[in-house]
Amino acid sequence: MSDPRVRPVGPYPISQGGWHEGGSSKAYVTNDWRLEKPVVDLEKCVGCLYCWVYCPEPAIDLLDRAGKGPSKVRIDYDHCKGCGICQQVCPPKAIKMVPEEEEVANNGSI
Amino acid sequence: MEGNSKLSQFQPVKSIFEINREERMAPGHRACAGCGPMIAVRQILQSLDVKPVVISATGCVEVTTSTYPDSAWLVPWAHVAFENSAAVASGVEAAMHALKVRGELKEERPVIALAGDGGTFDIGLQALSGALERGHRMLYVCYDNEAYMNTGIQRSSATPFGAWTTTSPVGKEWPGKAEIKKDIMGIVVAHGTPYAATASISHWKDLMTKVRKAVSQNGPTFLHVYAPCNRGWRFEPKDTVEVAKRAVETRFFPLYEVENGRYRITVPVAKPRPLEDFLSLQGRFSHLLKPENSETLKELKSIVEERWSKINAAASVQAQV
Repeated sequence: MSDPRVRPVGPYPISQGGWHEGGSSKAYVTNDWRLEKPVVDLEKCVGCLYCWVYCPEPAIDLLDRAGKGPSKVRIDYDHCKGCGICQQVCPPKAIKMVPEEEEVANNGSI
Repeated sequence: MEGNSKLSQFQPVKSIFEINREERMAPGHRACAGCGPMIAVRQILQSLDVKPVVISATGCVEVTTSTYPDSAWLVPWAHVAFENSAAVASGVEAAMHALKVRGELKEERPVIALAGDGGTFDIGLQALSGALERGHRMLYVCYDNEAYMNTGIQRSSATPFGAWTTTSPVGKEWPGKAEIKKDIMGIVVAHGTPYAATASISHWKDLMTKVRKAVSQNGPTFLHVYAPCNRGWRFEPKDTVEVAKRAVETRFFPLYEVENGRYRITVPVAKPRPLEDFLSLQGRFSHLLKPENSETLKELKSIVEERWSKINAAASVQAQV
C-alpha cells in the first residue's frame, strides 16, 4: 500500500503558491554591512538630489518628497551599506564618510 | 496597442526636480554595496510617472531583490526563468492588450523586461529575438555588468576583450578573454526595432530620457544600460559611477540611439580620455597595463576605436541625408 515507487493517483493538492507584500524587504536591516557611514552637512547641502539618483538602495530619504524643487536629504542608517557613492557624486561636497564607530552629533542629520 | 494611448506622450527629462520622487524600490534588498545594476533599475523606475510592470530574468537584480521571504519591488513584478523574460513580458503585454480591447483594462502600464547581460546576450537571446519580431509594445532593458556576477564572475559574451574573469583567467597562456564583445545593438537593430539605445548609469538624464522615449514607442524597444559591478570588475564600491562615466568619456561605451534605423550619438565625445583612465580603475584590466601585455592593450584600443568610428560613421551619414 505504501510502496514509495507507486505514486498516488491525482488529483494532487496544488499549492496556491504565494507572494510577499511589495517592499517587505524594508524590514530587513543592512546597517551592519558598512564600515564607514556617510554624514550630510546640511549647511552645505544644496538639495540637488544627485545622491538620491545615484544611491543603489535607496538609503537617501528626501525631506521634501511631495515637492518639485530642491530637497535636502537624510541618510537612512538602517539600510545604508556604506558604499560611499553619495560622497563621490555630491557636487558641493556636503557628504563625508566617517568610521562607523565615530559618534556624530544627531547622527549626522536633523 | 493603439498609438493614441496616454503612454505615447513623450516628455524628455529637463530637470532632476521633475522626476518622480515616490520610491519604486524598497531598501533592504541584498545587492552588494555600490551595486551598479541597482542604480540602473532605480533610475529606470523613477523616470516614469506611471508604475510599470516589470518582468525580471534570473540575474543579480532578481536574486537580490526577491530573496525569500522578502520583496523589494513596489511595482507589479514577476520572475519566471533565466531565458524567457522577453517571452513572459510578451504574454503580459498581450494580456493587457486583450483586456484593453474588451474595455476591462483599468490602467495602462508600460511593460518592462529586465535582464542582465547573461539573460540577454547568451541565454535569453532567442526569446528576445522572438519578442522583437512579434512586435510587442514593451521595453527590454539589458543591464550590462559584463559577466555572470552572482554565480562567481564567469565570462559571458558581453565580457569585453582582454578582461579577467574566473573562466577567462590571466596567465602565461591567456591575457584575459580572447573574444570580443557581442554587438547586441547591431542584432537588435537588424530586427527593424523602432527604438534601441545605449545608456550609462553615470548619465542619468540621458538614461531617463531614453526610457521615456522607449516607453512612448508603439512597438518593441531595447535599452542597453552600462552598469558596473564593483565585485566582478575589482574596484572600490564608491567608484561605481566614476567607472561608468569614464567608460563613456574614453569611448569604451558609446551612448547613442537608433530610431527607426537612424543612428544618433546622444553624448558626443569630441576629445576622448586615454583608455588607460578607464582600465586603471579596475582590477580585471590591471594585467593590460603591464609591459608584457602591451600587444593585447593595443588590440583592445583598436577594437574600441573601430566600434566608435562605425557608430560615428552611421550617425554622420544619416545626419547628412
